[in-house]
Amino acid sequence: MLPEEVTKFIGKSIGVVACEVEKGSIKRFADAVDDPNPLYWDEKYAGKSRYGSIIAPPGFFGWPVKLPRGMTFQRPTDISDPPEATENMRAALAKAGFGRVVDGGIEYEFFQPVRAGDVLSAKSMIKDIREREGKTGKMAFIIIETAYHNQKDELVAKARATAIYL
Amino acid sequence: MAKQLNWENVEVGGEITPLSKVATTLMLVKWAGASGDFNPLHYDAAFAAIQGVGSPIVHGALKRQWLVQLMTDWMGEQGTLKKFSCSYRAMDWPRKMATPMTPEEGETWQCKGKVTKKYIEDGQHLVDCDIWIENGKGEVTTPGTATVILPGRS
Repeated sequence: MLPEEVTKFIGKSIGVVACEVEKGSIKRFADAVDDPNPLYWDEKYAGKSRYGSIIAPPGFFGWPVKLPRGMTFQRPTDISDPPEATENMRAALAKAGFGRVVDGGIEYEFFQPVRAGDVLSAKSMIKDIREREGKTGKMAFIIIETAYHNQKDELVAKARATAIYL
Repeated sequence: MAKQLNWENVEVGGEITPLSKVATTLMLVKWAGASGDFNPLHYDAAFAAIQGVGSPIVHGALKRQWLVQLMTDWMGEQGTLKKFSCSYRAMDWPRKMATPMTPEEGETWQCKGKVTKKYIEDGQHLVDCDIWIENGKGEVTTPGTATVILPGRS
């Protein structure tokens, strides 16, 4: 059983971050993946596509990094509700014997394309914390849900990420 | 770009055009910078050893992005990725660099997939797929699923 000091974080908001999606960051991202899709690279080509401009690859943002910190090479344009809950939860998990974290996986639902120049905001909450018995002992599964909105306040994507604490 | 895929031409059980990838230490450094995931587990050999993984491992999210590319390449420009999921079941280790630009000989990863369902919902022509990454030994390290919207005639 996980102690109450850990489970009390279920349902907690872990912050809102907003960031501009820059062309250079999209290219750097596509380059890192080694993805030559011209929709990410070629302004002329992308301009004539159904998107009308360079787009970001689906998954450009995601857990564990809600919005790439390198995306603007500056601090996010806006941070409200600082994500202290994450730090406090990590401390509580470490105290309960779960000192290491690994990325378990992610589920996305995409609703709108992300275009260069969009300003995205990511709002995350801790949806669930569960203990499971694994091959190497006890593990704590943390489910984090994030909703991404653009500057027109359209829902762009939803993500459900799993962090596994060992 | 490949010819546009249409919903009518997709068959359940059909294969998604595979995508080969080579993870290198260079790629991991690029990914750390581009994604903002600066966990030293992915570039610091001593830290990775202390963490019990031997040497730096490939970021789960980079493998995720390979699978995203598998789908976006296959569905073509008129296709839309609607849903996507994957889980990082086993670790992968990158090839080390032999020269500043070229990796050592070694493992190549294969991103693969199969169509599991084909249907129309709310006027959208949809295809569900099972997707996965196989390491050099043919073991699945990263299974997932995807749903795409394809252009359809009806």
